[in-house]
Amino acid sequence: MLEKRTDGRKFEELRKIEAKVGIIKRANGSAMFKIGDTIAIAAVYGPRELHPRFLQNPEKGVLRCIYDMTTFSVSERKKPGPNRRSTEISLVTEKALLPVLDLSMYPTSVIDVFIEIIQANSGTRCAGITAASMALAHAGIPMKDLVSAVSVGKVGGRIMVDLNKDEEDFKEFGGATDIPIAYIPRNGEFTLLQLDGEIHKEELIKALEIGREACKIIHKEQQKALKEIYKEIE
Amino acid sequence: MDHEYVISLIENNTRIDGRNFNDYRDIKIETGISKNADGSARCIIGDTEVIVGIKMDIGQPYPDSADEGSIVVGAELLPLSNPEFEPGPPGTQAIELARIIDRGIRESKAVSFKKLCIKKGEKCWMVFIDVYTINDDGNLIDAGALATLAALNGARFHKLEDDKINYNEYSNDKIKLEVVPITCTFGKINGKIILDPNSKEEKVLDARLSIATSNGKIYALQKGGDKGFTMEEINHMIDTAIHKEKELKRLIKVI
Amino acid sequence: METQNENILVKPREIVVPGQVLANGIDYLPNDGTYRDKNDIVSSKLGLVNIDGRVLKVVSLTGSYQPKENDVVIGRIADMGFSGWYVDIGSAHQANLSIRDVVDFIDRGADLARYYDFDDLLVAKIVKITRFKNVDITMKAQGLRKLKGGKIIEITPTKVPRVIGKQGSMISMIKDHSKCNIIVGQNGRVWIQGDNVADEILATKAIMKIEEASHVDGLTNKIKELLEEGRKNA
Repeated sequence: MLEKRTDGRKFEELRKIEAKVGIIKRANGSAMFKIGDTIAIAAVYGPRELHPRFLQNPEKGVLRCIYDMTTFSVSERKKPGPNRRSTEISLVTEKALLPVLDLSMYPTSVIDVFIEIIQANSGTRCAGITAASMALAHAGIPMKDLVSAVSVGKVGGRIMVDLNKDEEDFKEFGGATDIPIAYIPRNGEFTLLQLDGEIHKEELIKALEIGREACKIIHKEQQKALKEIYKEIE
Repeated sequence: MDHEYVISLIENNTRIDGRNFNDYRDIKIETGISKNADGSARCIIGDTEVIVGIKMDIGQPYPDSADEGSIVVGAELLPLSNPEFEPGPPGTQAIELARIIDRGIRESKAVSFKKLCIKKGEKCWMVFIDVYTINDDGNLIDAGALATLAALNGARFHKLEDDKINYNEYSNDKIKLEVVPITCTFGKINGKIILDPNSKEEKVLDARLSIATSNGKIYALQKGGDKGFTMEEINHMIDTAIHKEKELKRLIKVI
Repeated sequence: METQNENILVKPREIVVPGQVLANGIDYLPNDGTYRDKNDIVSSKLGLVNIDGRVLKVVSLTGSYQPKENDVVIGRIADMGFSGWYVDIGSAHQANLSIRDVVDFIDRGADLARYYDFDDLLVAKIVKITRFKNVDITMKAQGLRKLKGGKIIEITPTKVPRVIGKQGSMISMIKDHSKCNIIVGQNGRVWIQGDNVADEILATKAIMKIEEASHVDGLTNKIKELLEEGRKNA
């Protein structure tokens, strides 16, 4: 079993967090979320006209999420543009954010969410969802609550929260099982749940429990960042 | 919607943000903004923000320059930076931006291609320069060009082991800028020339000219827009660019 | 003794975020920007809390224009159909202006461009928003007209009430000092027409200052100072 974490953290401890709202002036809403060495920025445009027309839904608005990584965000240069991984992440991001939105207010319109990963050290999709949540609120889109996301996992037999890259790549003592989650504190629901590895049910439940507590901490940081934009102007 | 307002201000020799015709907005440069990049920088001009990251890779030299490496410049106009940018592969505007930045670096020999040679005729360093727009409030060209210089300045090379890159270690080699070419972009509105157009001014430009200079030498020119420039106007813009270059050059502290 | 105040968890004009609980119990009623979740009244927006007796509202400080019936807006003719025009009012969709809402009598086959042509600017009023969020506007009411000359600037729609002020006090002050004609559309578009550019710039500066600092107290005095300084230098 793994004795200590590579960066000395406790198993339930998050890396250092930095959250900032309103970083992209042209967007209707925008935010940056940094956790450890992972940096995600998100911008929201909308509700706005959706083209082409055949994509429009007459009953409710459409949420369109696009996740992208810069070529230099990772160790080995990533070819620019979307790939299968970023397409899948764009989809699960959309599914993670939809539950807090009431799109029936915006029939035939689209709310565009663009996420860019500037620096990657694991947990990028979670950082993206966390940033996107703040950006949606900043854009004035009504939401039931903010969505908070973090990765949990089992590394070398230990259940832990907020895996860094070394932990994600860990090969000994059974390797690493990566479980990205997103959580809505208001109603206690998980809106992102993926798993990659091997784990028993009891361990998974324990992981979700510490993940939930970690999300609550992230939630507080998101709220703080949203309120802070008005303090600066004063 | 405020096109007429912008034009009427220019006709009265003022600009919408109160600048003089030959003034840049406030410029800020930050380096080391992305840890996994071999070199990186952010350039902010007014509210325009562009980030650039450098990644080195091993490639084969071109047959006609067997003892040289090269740069590869790509640019993406991210949809998050401007409501009018759509997701998708780089379009003409992005490609033009990349090629203008490439030209300034390449023609001025700001980076020594010979120093990028690993083994003549067989292996060389390819310096991948990727430009991303974060907030477009006009003049992505100058912001992109400055961020590129700042990112290249002191960019590091990974250690080579058996001709393969060891991503865990850097050698002591760094890119040293031999020349610092500064790009100045001008716009023409109703016959008046302005430097560093912001996004509202860009919408009503008749023509645009980007000039890359260093120490009185001109390394690159690119005219954009639907209309033309007169000889006098070109003369004036080049003089201004050469003059401004001294000021802006100071923003890049060559290692 | 139990007082009503025990159940309210926020102060008037406090900045709140989506998911934040504003009040407990049944003493308060949820209105715009809030919703009831069992025993709680929760904010669905990032904005300022408004407590009006027992009614709780959250007023957005950010976001794109959401059309409302009876709003007076500044629109631009974007397209023409057989029996009317499509007008860009800065929201997710173009508004419909039927010929019936412009003149009482019209010849069959009349050229619509005789009335309003492409890119003409109008001050119009929203008469109806259908179930599918189609917006119908009219030119048939007092004060509505095609705009000639002048300039348009755009501000965030949520800041419009501040620019107008209590009973129009703020906009009157700006009009008096700048000596300009000013029409403020609820959609954030402001039309300014002065005798000279310097006057128009003064009005613009004042309005943009309000947009920046709309939630700050003592704003009226700051704007008054700005206008008086500007008048001196003119």
